[in-house]
Amino acid sequence: MAHQVIEKTANGAETTTPPVLLGIPTRGTPLAVRLADRIEEFSGNRPPTGALDVTLYRDDLRRRPPRALEETQLPATGIDDRVVILVDDVLFSGRTIRAALDALRDHGRPRAVQLAVLVDRGHRELPIRADYVGKNVPTARTEGVSVLLSETDGRDAVLLRAAEESPGEPQ
Amino acid sequence: MKHLLATDGLDPALATAVLDTADELKHTLLGREVRKLPTLRGRTVITLFYENSTRTRVSFEIAGKWMSADVVNVSASSSSVNKGESLRDTALTLAAAGADCVIIRHPASGAAQRLSGWLADAGTAVVNAGDGTHEHPTQALLDAATLRERLGSLKDRRIAIVGDVLHSRVARSNIHLLSSLGAEVVLVAPPTLLPYGVETLPVTVSHDLDAELPAVDAVMMLRVQAERMAGGGPGQSFFPSAREYSIAYGLSEKRLGLLPEHAVVLHPGPMLRGMEIASAVADSPASAITEQVRNGVHVRMAVLYHLLASEGAAA
Repeated sequence: MAHQVIEKTANGAETTTPPVLLGIPTRGTPLAVRLADRIEEFSGNRPPTGALDVTLYRDDLRRRPPRALEETQLPATGIDDRVVILVDDVLFSGRTIRAALDALRDHGRPRAVQLAVLVDRGHRELPIRADYVGKNVPTARTEGVSVLLSETDGRDAVLLRAAEESPGEPQ
Repeated sequence: MKHLLATDGLDPALATAVLDTADELKHTLLGREVRKLPTLRGRTVITLFYENSTRTRVSFEIAGKWMSADVVNVSASSSSVNKGESLRDTALTLAAAGADCVIIRHPASGAAQRLSGWLADAGTAVVNAGDGTHEHPTQALLDAATLRERLGSLKDRRIAIVGDVLHSRVARSNIHLLSSLGAEVVLVAPPTLLPYGVETLPVTVSHDLDAELPAVDAVMMLRVQAERMAGGGPGQSFFPSAREYSIAYGLSEKRLGLLPEHAVVLHPGPMLRGMEIASAVADSPASAITEQVRNGVHVRMAVLYHLLASEGAAA
């Protein structure tokens, strides 16, 4: 995925500034840092990273108990006129990304926005697709997909669960 | 959270959640192009003020607007209250007009509590923005937010609340909130300005400001509330003269020197410069008085978020 990103942005003839990687908390944030590590390793150029919490922009706030906000931390370079790559663990309905696009608009005006996800599990509810996908995992709507990362969960894993309690959309 | 009426009995975990939310809101709004969040779009917030206020009303209004709620301000002096309408009827009118939340300030202690009972059927949230000499919970939350910011944590911090504790809803809210968050509270006041039953509060009491200052992490100065003292003028029956009060309990420049280096000076406002706090102290680096106002907006945004963002919370 890092090679793809380098090919598409960092080393492109059209641009000299590296892209900005913004992770969507909780698990997108460490994923963005990992992706930046790889890009630095392969191209020698480290893209700035940050975190963008989208809770305040979600369209399902009314239906759920109030949730705690997560960290938003934009890189000092800002996002104006940069290529911003949103990084998340699982792409499902697309609603989180919709909220992220709205949140970005309030922070500035990127030159372009792209999307990188570790797992694309299908079942989109909005016209949104990822530019970079780690793995496509065909799932049933009732199944659950969780990504575990050593930074947040102590180990790396992608778990596919059969339908149990409530098949919520991944956060 | 359904209403916010008092900090007495407020779950410390919930208070911490509100403070954390306020921190994140402050963070996310910092340096951004558009200081507006869509979170409370379509919600209506009404401020109903039976007493004068600058910072509380303005910061609730800004908080609501930055979260995209529609904010309507009603002040008793320009409403049907002047024609003799009761609080209950006014409240039911506001609920019928579509208020999702009523923020009330009232000179009678317990007004917010009564209001929440009358509005229970309408499902309208009530926020107490100061009721008589009872409580002012959002002020205590913003004080806690400011102290957390300056001191890192409230655990085992020693905080002196100085002055007219008797008439102060700010003091009462802070006593409960700060002690529930792990701080030690000491009240410093003349015996005439301490409330009845002070021995039941989670505080220690002192009458000697100079003796307390070297050991505190923060000092919160209270305004002498002349308007609540029978007889009118300050000190008519509670202390001999304004000058004597100021000498015994005012935070002078000399007293500022007694405080530890890291100590923070707070004042809920409005300040009487030269009475309870010297002008130079209010403007010193130790003073967090303007930070309090700034944090007030974020704390009130966090309160509205926890009350209104989720329909599940109201159920």
